[in-house]
Amino acid sequence: MSEMTQALNEPTVAVQGTSLWAMARHRFVRNKAAMASLVVLIVVAVFSFGGTWVYPHKYDQIFSSYVAVPPSLDPYPLEDTLHQVMQTAVERARLRLDSFNAEGTSYTARISSDKPVDPRATRYLDRPDEFDGAEIVSTLDDGKTVEVKGKINGQYFPFGTDRNGRDLLPRIMVGGQVSITVGLLATFVSLIIGVTYGAVSGYVGGRVDNVMMRFVEILYSLPFMFFVIMLVVFFGRHFVLIFAAIGAIEWLDMARIVRGQTLTLKRREFVEAAHAMGLSNWQIIRRHVIPNTIGPVVVFVTVLVPKVILLESFLSFLGLGVQEPMTSWGSLIAEGTTGMQYVPWLLIYPASFFVVTLFALNFIGDGLRDALDPKDR
Amino acid sequence: MADTLLDIRGLNVRFSTPTGDVHAVKGIDLTVAKGETLAIVGESGSGKSQTMMALMGLLASNGRVEGSAKFQGEEMIGLPLGKLNRIRGAKITMIFQEPMTSLDPLYRIGKQLAEPMMRHRGLSAKAARARAIELLELVKIPDPERRVDSYPYEMSGGQRQRVMIAMALANDPELLIADEPTTALDVTIQAQILELLAELKQRIGLAIVFISHDLAIVRRFSDRVAVMRTGEVVETGAVADIFANPQHPYTQMLLAAEPTGRKAPPADNAPVLLEGRDVDVRFSMGGGFMGGKKLDIHAVDHVDIRLREGQTIGIVGESGSGKSTLGRALLRLNHGTGAIRFGADDISEASRQEMRRHRRQMQLVFQDPFGSLSPRMTAGQIVTEGLLVHEPQLTKKDRDLRAIKAFMEVGLDPATRNRYPHEFSGGQRQRIAIARAIILKPQVVVLDEPTSALDRSVQKQIVELLRDLQAKHGLSYLFISHDLAVVRALSDYIVVMKSGKIVEEGSTDQIFDAPRETYTRELMAAAFGK
Amino acid sequence: MLRFVLRRLMSALPTIFIVVTLSFFLMRVAPGGPFNLERPLEPQVLESLKRAFLLDRPLIVQYGHYLWNLLHGDLGPSFIYRDFTVAQLIANSLPYSLTLGAWALMVAVFGGIAIGSYAALKQNSFVDYAVMSIASFGITVPNFVLAPVLSFVFAVVLHWLPAGGWGDGGPANLLLPVISLALPQLAVFARITRGSMIETLRADHIRTARAYGLPTRVVVIVHAMRAALVPAVSYLGPVAAAVLTGSVVVETVFGLPGVGRYFVLGALNRDYTLVMGTVVLISVFIVVFNLIVDILYAVLDPRVRYE
Repeated sequence: MSEMTQALNEPTVAVQGTSLWAMARHRFVRNKAAMASLVVLIVVAVFSFGGTWVYPHKYDQIFSSYVAVPPSLDPYPLEDTLHQVMQTAVERARLRLDSFNAEGTSYTARISSDKPVDPRATRYLDRPDEFDGAEIVSTLDDGKTVEVKGKINGQYFPFGTDRNGRDLLPRIMVGGQVSITVGLLATFVSLIIGVTYGAVSGYVGGRVDNVMMRFVEILYSLPFMFFVIMLVVFFGRHFVLIFAAIGAIEWLDMARIVRGQTLTLKRREFVEAAHAMGLSNWQIIRRHVIPNTIGPVVVFVTVLVPKVILLESFLSFLGLGVQEPMTSWGSLIAEGTTGMQYVPWLLIYPASFFVVTLFALNFIGDGLRDALDPKDR
Repeated sequence: MADTLLDIRGLNVRFSTPTGDVHAVKGIDLTVAKGETLAIVGESGSGKSQTMMALMGLLASNGRVEGSAKFQGEEMIGLPLGKLNRIRGAKITMIFQEPMTSLDPLYRIGKQLAEPMMRHRGLSAKAARARAIELLELVKIPDPERRVDSYPYEMSGGQRQRVMIAMALANDPELLIADEPTTALDVTIQAQILELLAELKQRIGLAIVFISHDLAIVRRFSDRVAVMRTGEVVETGAVADIFANPQHPYTQMLLAAEPTGRKAPPADNAPVLLEGRDVDVRFSMGGGFMGGKKLDIHAVDHVDIRLREGQTIGIVGESGSGKSTLGRALLRLNHGTGAIRFGADDISEASRQEMRRHRRQMQLVFQDPFGSLSPRMTAGQIVTEGLLVHEPQLTKKDRDLRAIKAFMEVGLDPATRNRYPHEFSGGQRQRIAIARAIILKPQVVVLDEPTSALDRSVQKQIVELLRDLQAKHGLSYLFISHDLAVVRALSDYIVVMKSGKIVEEGSTDQIFDAPRETYTRELMAAAFGK
Repeated sequence: MLRFVLRRLMSALPTIFIVVTLSFFLMRVAPGGPFNLERPLEPQVLESLKRAFLLDRPLIVQYGHYLWNLLHGDLGPSFIYRDFTVAQLIANSLPYSLTLGAWALMVAVFGGIAIGSYAALKQNSFVDYAVMSIASFGITVPNFVLAPVLSFVFAVVLHWLPAGGWGDGGPANLLLPVISLALPQLAVFARITRGSMIETLRADHIRTARAYGLPTRVVVIVHAMRAALVPAVSYLGPVAAAVLTGSVVVETVFGLPGVGRYFVLGALNRDYTLVMGTVVLISVFIVVFNLIVDILYAVLDPRVRYE
């Protein structure tokens, strides 16, 4: 007894235990493939969502001078094409180009005409995307010849441009935003519907459970992909509709999983122990049921996100995705498919981002499953 | 020795796990002579099964073996699979603990019996089938001509274990390894299987390695005993010597581990605390909304029971006898009918709300210390959870203090109260479960097989703990168990149940010394070999 | 067994009925119609067209009419391909889809189960990792990426195979479409089989089989395979229905005359009857394959009984 009073008087220090979450986290962190995938995913997300703020070109900005130019780390325009571009510009102004000299980021040109050159003609020179800030530095020959100096507008297209002259890089960023957002939102929709439906069905049980599950079974045997396509075709390609439709068909699995979990948990002895302790239904759900369903649900969510992204891309591929000039990875891939022989980068870059992201999501899903539900123990 | 059949020398088994190597068997030596029965006894994790698995080349893929194991002079360790397969199933055969899963559920038992015979002896399918029928007859399966075409799921656990034995005998082996062959069976079935094995051994004269955690079984059955503990053989010897004169302290402890003592009954005028009259519980399985066959189970069939203050009623019966269901019905945890009184209150119609008031006085401790603790809460949270309901005015610090007190009372180190269930051993978890029950200062505790999942030595400690707590707090127990030894040590009154009905009841002495009913006598015979 | 089959087919009728009803009304409440062309039709022509297709009647009458015809196996005339009935369109294109789908299904099922089991037997070996990497590749890369890339590499760059078209339906024409269609499903089958195989190999009855000296070959093929197939079989139903009824992507990329395009084309053109026809087709396939899956269950596992 003295021992006990002593312990009670002492500061109540206790060894900190390792919770299942901590163990799962530990296992996940040790999984190299999953951690690498997590880094990749974060990079892709930052690239997609942050990139559009930093990158100078807009996703819908058209560079009519650079239609379908291949990817390059050197700036456009390429030097050997400049003369031709200037020639065309000068001819538009009904002038003659006598000489043209490009040096780095600036150029000098000598332009002449039969009449004195109107100084406002420099505006014509600025018109192509390639040139900027043209100004007359000297006038010769009574103004019939002028010497013009200006800047060469270096444009970088590391991923090339599409057939409308839009930079592919920001388009991939925006496509990523759309694909990832749709993936998350649709998953969220199916999560909400599925968890609620499954938990109610499982916890209430009995006849209600029977009816609810029979309903799910009927829905399972409907060709849902076709309903989605139909919805999208008939009601327009609206962003919200797309993820709502996808979410609405993907909740079935979630409902089944959660129901199964709830049913198992209901039979577990610690839930019965809680009953015997006099806890209310709500307390039992909050303290014992929900914390123990989170694991499988998290795992399922990581499986669902890539699935939804795939589905959205498939719709986009069919031309049923978001409306131009907005885009998604699926739409970009669809565009790339049609001209692979001539403009292969339009397929290669979006497809790479798409595939890498899906790979990363799959590995993270596998890692989470191994971490949360270790079978070999 | 010329008649040495199996000679194990310096056998080591290691398992590589993510948290490092586990050295499961540590350089043990064992021999088995022709026709002898060697019992390997030890508690869970002692390496007794893994020794034989290593010999048979059946270790899990992360296991490694070193050392030597010669069978009839042939080295078994490192034997190529082709050669090993000529010994396995022909000269050495095995039966396993889990009769429900050891047979392939997808094939008829006739085919499974015939397969090793056709392979090892080149019998034709027809001859093998004829022999299979003979074997089924040998192991006393009724109507073998018809049963040979049954699927395993159509048989009971005891019958499946008989089929396994038939399979083991099919090729006239030299050595039979029986790995806890009766542990998963009810006591009466257990006794029948042991009897069958003993009889067959006499008739056929094969050597048996009998792996068990249960010394009582071993005593009746074997010639020599090897006691294993944490991967080492601590003692070997003739069965009579070991039991009469155990040398190693661990063996002594194991022998003394059978719970002893008796409980004195409460005074005759002790008030009745919990009373159930005409308690009746039915379940229906399957069926439902769109059809399917409904299966009605009459789990508890019009039972009367009265628990006095300070009394311990032992409810005894085999699986499916309705003893657990009765316990839960008295706590109003399932949908039973009948009149249930707690103290002065009739609680048979009490709503959930009304029951909450009584809950703290009537607690429940479960069999499975792994399943009954919520895996995501700390031990301290688990123990104090009931206080949230019944003493909501307590602060967090108060609850912590109460947890410390409860931990000390059940013999746990209070410093471990922030650990999670998976960080405790089975016995410790059962202590946590008991702490959770007694922290509420209940009057009645229903103990549903609280010791069945534990090793014998731990069992004894839990029994003693329960006894101390009862004396200290004046508790009344409803002790549900199939283990008669434990029941005898704890209860003063016994109720014997079979298929939902009470077949016999009376004081502990009366039931144990002079059972009236045949069923009770069968139970006694099976448990104590009388 | 026969009674079970009949009962299952009967119980499938409500499902098909729900599908038909839902599709019918969904399509009709949507804006647009089959004759809203860019160049408006003459009012008289439009009137006579509408009358011919019963579009001037109340919706419920049209619905009843459609159901009545459907009961007699009549899927009605196509609104857009006016020289054909929907049944003719489907009959003309379904054989292509079926041929392609049957090959793809065989490749996916047998290939997937074979490599999945093999990976399970060699768990955590190099072979296992290699097989599972290919499987995750197959699952990750959808066929709308795979098909164009394959066609680009093998037809455009290497000139080994034709870029598209049915040709004589020989191996050269079929190889790339079959691979594109089969690979994602093969990957799923491989993963499922590997998982269930690993679990089965740990089962007690497998330990028994090994303890009785049965060679690995027998243990795996006779005892493990059968139990391990059950999860793969449950995936078979939806996959078979999807693969056999044509793939829009593969048919578009390789220019094949299958039935898969008709749904999208029909939906885009508001060809009501064509869309309904394909929906009915798919539903029937789903129902039939779910039934086949149930029968396979009973074959694989004697504990499953159907009365």
